[in-house]
Amino acid sequence: MTSSDFDAVVPVICVALAGLFAMLAEAFRARGEKMPIGGLALIGLVGAGVASVLLWNRTATSFGVVTADNFSLFINLVLVAVGILTVVFSAATIERDGIPAGEYYALMLFAIVGMMLMVQSSDLLLMFLALETMSIAVYVLTGIRRDQANATEAAFKYFLLGAFASAFFLYGIAFIYGVTGTTHLERAGAAIAAQSMTDNPMLLIAVGLLIVGFAFKVAAVPFHMWSPDAYEGAPAVVTGFMSTGVKAAAVAAFARVFLSALGPLVDDWTPVLWVIAVLTMVVGTVVGVSQTSIKRMLAYSSIAHAGYLLVAIIAANDVGKASLLFYLASYAVTNVGAFGIIALLGSKEHANDELRDYAGLAHTHPGLAALMTIFLLSLGGFPPTAGFIAKWYAFSAAVTEGYYWLAVIGFLSSVVSVYFYLRIVVMMYMTERDARPVPPPVRGLAMAGLVVSVLAVLYLGVLPAQVISWAEQSIATIF
Amino acid sequence: MASELLLFYLFAAITVAGAVAVIAQRNPVYSVMAIVGSFCGLSGLYVLLEAPFVAVVQIIIYAGAILVLFLFTVMLLNASREDGAEWDRTHPYYRPGPTRVGGVLAVLLLGQLVWAVTKIGGAGVGDLQPAASSVRLLGRVLFTDYMFAFEVTSILIIAGMVGAVVLAGKKGN
Repeated sequence: MTSSDFDAVVPVICVALAGLFAMLAEAFRARGEKMPIGGLALIGLVGAGVASVLLWNRTATSFGVVTADNFSLFINLVLVAVGILTVVFSAATIERDGIPAGEYYALMLFAIVGMMLMVQSSDLLLMFLALETMSIAVYVLTGIRRDQANATEAAFKYFLLGAFASAFFLYGIAFIYGVTGTTHLERAGAAIAAQSMTDNPMLLIAVGLLIVGFAFKVAAVPFHMWSPDAYEGAPAVVTGFMSTGVKAAAVAAFARVFLSALGPLVDDWTPVLWVIAVLTMVVGTVVGVSQTSIKRMLAYSSIAHAGYLLVAIIAANDVGKASLLFYLASYAVTNVGAFGIIALLGSKEHANDELRDYAGLAHTHPGLAALMTIFLLSLGGFPPTAGFIAKWYAFSAAVTEGYYWLAVIGFLSSVVSVYFYLRIVVMMYMTERDARPVPPPVRGLAMAGLVVSVLAVLYLGVLPAQVISWAEQSIATIF
Repeated sequence: MASELLLFYLFAAITVAGAVAVIAQRNPVYSVMAIVGSFCGLSGLYVLLEAPFVAVVQIIIYAGAILVLFLFTVMLLNASREDGAEWDRTHPYYRPGPTRVGGVLAVLLLGQLVWAVTKIGGAGVGDLQPAASSVRLLGRVLFTDYMFAFEVTSILIIAGMVGAVVLAGKKGN
């Protein structure tokens, strides 16, 4: 085994080492001593980003189960961006909330390790282990504020339902192994294609179980029950992290498994995903309209976005595949920024995450209100933001494949969703503030992070060509 | 061969007797201990099938770890001794309808099992590969094909441990 055999795991190892160092730093920290543990996390994430860029176009493989093709490297870069932004927002908020820094960053980095491996793995067994690593870290992050009863409740619900979903996923893998004799995606795909086992009921059971497992992780209806509670109970930075990172990793792994190994069964699983996508878009939007907590509202919005992402998977033509990655990238920057603002507006006493708390924000925090407006417009899909281009590509891919109804329902649901995004904007700009305490000011690194993500949202919205061509290149390497 | 057959009947008897004892005992703690006995019998059967690894895992994980969890749960819930005189005979499940359905299901299950056992007969047994579960082979697969997965498990366990410390440690520390 030469040193180049380890190439594909370098990004993962960078993040894992940073996680271990964060944990050790906390262990050796004297009581009361301040340590820049967030800086350690940044070093690891930047290292992973650099490694991913260097591995571009090389399609390295390690241990026969980890592939660093452009598809997973693209997602790696999205995850690195999400991670860096989360660290920047966390630095300003976790001390305020009394969250233990070492454990927090360690768990966050371990979660990113799981996410990256989930997308990089070409073996279902490894994918399951990665999924569990990610999930366990995120369950704990959800309940990390132990002084809040609803955080504990959220973590417990998420854990119980998540463990259940993992069992479905594992059972699906077992059936795949039973039918094809392997858990390796390529070999399983070859076996399925060669033996034309499309009518094998065992295989259909496997597909069903895998859909349940993945649909849970991407929070698709009817497996979304956990997400509003978990998103509301978790600290806002963590919510931003898991609504983007977990979703990106799960959607990408979903696409990899279903478009590669289960590709021969496309006629069997497309109708199922069609129904799930429609339900997800409609329920996410309709229920989101009636929420009064901003975090819950954005939780339903992220459910609806899972539906749009499924549209891109169903319309698995060239445009659809590229739009999947572009959508993930633009959704990730937008959502992590929006939750960053929610987190930064909280104070020790008040979370400030009710809709009413945003009344008159444009007068007290004009800059933040403007940034939030851009994020919300992007989530709603207005030009000239990233969200518009992303939705445009996803729906046009669906239309080219002949899924007119899917595109129409997606379009209608995003029109309805504009209502609740604009509700927040109206609240910020056109409503007088009542006697509620004014949220604290935001400055420094956190503000810089917000500005960078807004610039990214606008860049992706105005000049998307470069990123789209990267997305096309990266998806072309595997499917 | 004769001694192996004798051992098979011995372990099978322990397994079945343990299983019967689980539901026959009134005291839940005795029931849990009876499962331990049943599992030990099972692991003896695994040894006879030349699957020593499965046998050891059966003892360590089921009879050891899982049963301790059972015992903890029983004691935490403070489950008391069941008393036959206090059973609620008016519960809907005791009505003749449900009882008959249960009886039919039991007969069906028995029929299925008998059918499956006679169908397999001696034919399928020859295809089994006893070596497949030997410790040596398992270790080789674990440290070659699944080496990376094995290493990833360590990150998974660390994440779990850190999580447990965070969620269960002293507050405000």
